[in-house]
Amino acid sequence: MALSNVLHAPAAGFNFDHAARNAELEGLFDAQIPKPVKTGTTIAGVVFKDGVVLGADTRATSSEIVADKMCSKIHYIAPNIYCCGAGTAADTEKTTELLSSNLTIFSLNSGRNPRVVMAVNILQEMLYRYHGQIGASLILGGVDCTGNHLYTVGPYGSVNTMPYLAMGSGDLAALGILEDGYKPDLELDKAKELVRAAIHAGVMNDLASGNNIDICVLTREGVDHIRPYQVSQYKDKRKTKYKYGAGTTAVLTEKVVPVKLEVVEETVQRMDTA
Amino acid sequence: MEQTRVPPPGKRLKRVVSPVSLYPSKPLCLSDRLSLRAYIANRVTDKLTPIHDRIFCCRSGSAADTQAIADVVTYQLGFHSIELDEPPLVETAANLFRASCYRYREELTAGILVAGWDRRKGGQVYCVPIGGMLVRQPVSVGGSGSSYIYGFMDSNYKPNMTKDQCLELTAAAVSLAMERDGSSGGVVRLASISKDGVERRVILGNQLPKYSTH
Repeated sequence: MALSNVLHAPAAGFNFDHAARNAELEGLFDAQIPKPVKTGTTIAGVVFKDGVVLGADTRATSSEIVADKMCSKIHYIAPNIYCCGAGTAADTEKTTELLSSNLTIFSLNSGRNPRVVMAVNILQEMLYRYHGQIGASLILGGVDCTGNHLYTVGPYGSVNTMPYLAMGSGDLAALGILEDGYKPDLELDKAKELVRAAIHAGVMNDLASGNNIDICVLTREGVDHIRPYQVSQYKDKRKTKYKYGAGTTAVLTEKVVPVKLEVVEETVQRMDTA
Repeated sequence: MEQTRVPPPGKRLKRVVSPVSLYPSKPLCLSDRLSLRAYIANRVTDKLTPIHDRIFCCRSGSAADTQAIADVVTYQLGFHSIELDEPPLVETAANLFRASCYRYREELTAGILVAGWDRRKGGQVYCVPIGGMLVRQPVSVGGSGSSYIYGFMDSNYKPNMTKDQCLELTAAAVSLAMERDGSSGGVVRLASISKDGVERRVILGNQLPKYSTH
């Protein structure tokens, strides 16, 4: 079948295409190589009566600095499948994008909506192939013809399925709330509140998680991606404006040099617009 | 009488290895490479994986590795079975596991027990530990918690036990292992495979036999 990787099947083994380039780049940075941005996250998902609720915080950290205060960790995979990503920000972003395009191609080829288990299998195959080098811990949730599903895929390619899951650096905090509050067949409001509380626990107790909380509700009827669902109450008020208007810097001299261009060659190609 | 093989579940609990390790019947213990903290990724893992209608495997070691191997073997065995147009032999399944585990022994951390029923030899248990050995045994244990129950199994297993006796013995053994091994815990999953099919059962934490030395 191999519909997912359309152009050619992935080569076996590791891909060392960028090894030479990386070695060259290492020499160029006289300070340290910039550390990858990690999402240092709290992500969670809960299966409820009519579907799945996914939640995530919005802080992306680069060591001790908050690199992005409003980063989006709930990624679109398919109209009925969304994925929360924890770990290295670039890895989660690109892996989910790759998965999404492959599943779109599959849908177009087969005329079917993708199933969550298919997305999980593709992710598992890919992440296992890279033996943990791709630092992506993902929580996939979706609703398809076979029901409501929630899976987690680890960076080494292990898959778990449970009615409630949490991943990321704040997972222990979130899992405490989920273990205490989860019941089978929750109603929508209770499920949203449970996920919100779980992410909130991560935000409060984990330094690498913070800022706002995003929620994504998936049901047979459709998707409700609420961003942000809860805004952080600890927002900083900027004391001054950091945008400088025109004229702030005094112009001492001005010199205008027109660049002379001569037409060397001109070709006209007619477009057939019949 | 036909001996039903009860694959000793849960005896596989692996100590935390660099990638994800399995706990028998219980959680996947995730060892973060950076911090080496022990964390239970899933406290109700199902480590009894069906490979075919009457063949199961018990997984221990790295979750990612064993899931990948089990998927590969399931495919290979299914294909083989369709080609032959008859149910596959347990020995075939065990050999497929051994082939993968031995060939990639440097890269894999996988200890697997293959168990099932076929028409030729009835109930069988094959052990494929880390490294890729293959040996058939009447009873076998595996995983990090297995060290604690070798004596128990040696002294309590008798040939030609009934199904219920086997189930009781296995449940007791796993409970004892869970009692002593930090990497094992949660629930006990049992599967009984015979000519008539597969019966699966879960024994929850509060229903486990209680053992206490003090």
